[in-house]
Amino acid sequence: MKTHEVVIEAGRSERHYWRDLWRNRELLYILSVRDISVRYKQTVLGTSWSLIRPLITMLIMFFVFSKVAKLKGDPGIPYPLMILAGLTIWTFFSNAFTQISTSITANANLVTKVYFPRLIMPLSSSVVSFIDFLVSLGLFIVLAIWYQFWPDWHILFLPFFILLALLASFAFGLIFAVLNVRFRDIGQLIPFIVQIGFYACPIAYSSRLVEGNSGEWWHPLYYLNPMVGIIDGFKWSLLGENAFFKPGSVINSVIIVALFLFIAIYFFRKRENTFVDEI
Amino acid sequence: MAVITAEGISKRYIIDHKRGKKSSSIKDALSDQFGKIFKGKKTQELEHIEHEEFWALRDVNFSIEQGDRIGIVGHNGAGKSTLLKVLSKITEPTSGRIHIRGRIASLLEVGTGFHPELTGRENIFLNGAILGMTREEIRKQFDAIVDFGGIEKFLDTPVKRYSSGMYVRLGFAIAAHLDPEILIIDEVLAVGDAEFQKKSLGKMRDVSATGRTILFVSHNMTAVQALCNKSLYFERGQLIEQGETNQVIASYMSKVSKTKLLREWSTPEEAPGNDLVRIKKIEIVPEYVDGQLFIDVRTPFRIRFEYWNLMDRANLNLSLHLNSMTGECIFNVGSLSQPYSKGIIAGECLVPGHFLNDGTYNVSMMIVKDTVTPLYNMEEGLIFDVADYREGVAWYGKWPGYVRPQLSFHTEMIEENILND
Repeated sequence: MKTHEVVIEAGRSERHYWRDLWRNRELLYILSVRDISVRYKQTVLGTSWSLIRPLITMLIMFFVFSKVAKLKGDPGIPYPLMILAGLTIWTFFSNAFTQISTSITANANLVTKVYFPRLIMPLSSSVVSFIDFLVSLGLFIVLAIWYQFWPDWHILFLPFFILLALLASFAFGLIFAVLNVRFRDIGQLIPFIVQIGFYACPIAYSSRLVEGNSGEWWHPLYYLNPMVGIIDGFKWSLLGENAFFKPGSVINSVIIVALFLFIAIYFFRKRENTFVDEI
Repeated sequence: MAVITAEGISKRYIIDHKRGKKSSSIKDALSDQFGKIFKGKKTQELEHIEHEEFWALRDVNFSIEQGDRIGIVGHNGAGKSTLLKVLSKITEPTSGRIHIRGRIASLLEVGTGFHPELTGRENIFLNGAILGMTREEIRKQFDAIVDFGGIEKFLDTPVKRYSSGMYVRLGFAIAAHLDPEILIIDEVLAVGDAEFQKKSLGKMRDVSATGRTILFVSHNMTAVQALCNKSLYFERGQLIEQGETNQVIASYMSKVSKTKLLREWSTPEEAPGNDLVRIKKIEIVPEYVDGQLFIDVRTPFRIRFEYWNLMDRANLNLSLHLNSMTGECIFNVGSLSQPYSKGIIAGECLVPGHFLNDGTYNVSMMIVKDTVTPLYNMEEGLIFDVADYREGVAWYGKWPGYVRPQLSFHTEMIEENILND
């Protein structure tokens, strides 16, 4: 067997970091399994909670936005389906973002006692949120069948938007995770950000309504939000041509996400060796 | 071949005195900044106090050979745990360089990452993975782990329902089946009952017998002495001695002990006492065995004393109390009452070896007139430690009792083969 050699030095990041990360994939797996299997212990309804929650949220939003506020969805698409599509991808993003942001502090007991590439913890949060997402995507499929709504070739773009949402949550979550180690204020801030995001993104409404106000001062700001392009694109690939989608918006999303992903990983790697001293 | 080489390792922490912790909210960080602008000089003074440097490790150099079993000893806060954290890559050193050859597993806590909601079975896999085992390795060792921990019946019970003893046993059982080239252990033997401690130490000895390198931090000198061939002694972040375990422990013990073996006053004016009697000298004189520099359970010692009698004529005797640090009196002996005139009176009392158990004791001396009237009582006149020493015993837990006499004791077989009848 080849001897495993390590040099520990101030400011020296592990040279084989990415290889170490790969070697620890079983830990990633087992931490994800832990988070999933722990969640519904001692509940009566168990895993069905992951279906009940989005379903009830969708029904309430359908009632409030469609029946009470009388908002119009995109023509030719059942309003509940449009809401559920937006809700599915948004919930994925916001869950992943929230869990990644708190992943280091939530695992403080591990951080202070064992070494492994710290990136395992946010990655495991991503995996968990992704599995939740697959469940709610299943719910969407059931509802689509109910409405006898069939997707067309646009569905081929679906993985791209899912990946983009995943990377976006990872990039922003990672930055917040590092800040959260030092400043627990971040923990207070996150639910607030998620709540604002919910209204700033085209979930319950269509971006078509925003386009109707293209003269307004806030119109360019709306598209600065990288999630707008991702959510619109996701809805477009699921619901087809009738769903409003401005292709330019996704270019914006890609640039912002790539930039932040780069910064986030750099920042994280820079700080991870001293997490234990600050946590 | 050196498996671990440490060159000039230092680790600095910044301590915040004002709040007793680092400013951990953005508001604190901001208000400190504003404070500087508005209050000017005053906060600058505060600033000065607030951020004090603390060197948990300072310029530590050592080299560990393959197969060495290293004991790391020192007071609390001497930097032992910080060293382990640096070696395990949990935190990085402020400066210096460490070269490690071989797979390291560090056990800084029993049951790291156990999740209370998960069952024993699930936690074995979780904890194993956290400690760096693959699922395949865990599966292979699974039965041995369950058996070693003695938790067969509770394998599918969430660990939150475990007793604390079971929890610890399961944690140690997993760690004991790690298969690293270098094993780092922090004080895990402080937990569990005597029987389990024995089992754990036995396991550690087995591991070390296979040629693995072990680093072991403990306050249990008996265990360090039994397990480790070499030791490192830390004090206030510095490595002050390294070498053969017996030597290192001897110097640690002689520095650690809160011993006051001699107290002496040159004139009656400054001596403790009263108008009738004053203490001149109280001293413990050990008769060390094999060149040792500290008292252990084998060491006989004399309690010597001198005092001034300021009375013309009096019947005096001296009463010595030997007390444990928790206040119980272990024994009280008195000298014969004798008539003395003004002057200095001396005496001594021999305490045999193989009598006191290990622990910390203090001596009080009381001067008594006419066998009934105490004239003066000097409490806690001397404080001294008795260190542990064992031979031919594979058990390293605390030996119970105040005294540890060697009494005549023998067993013999009086009838053979009763089962074959």
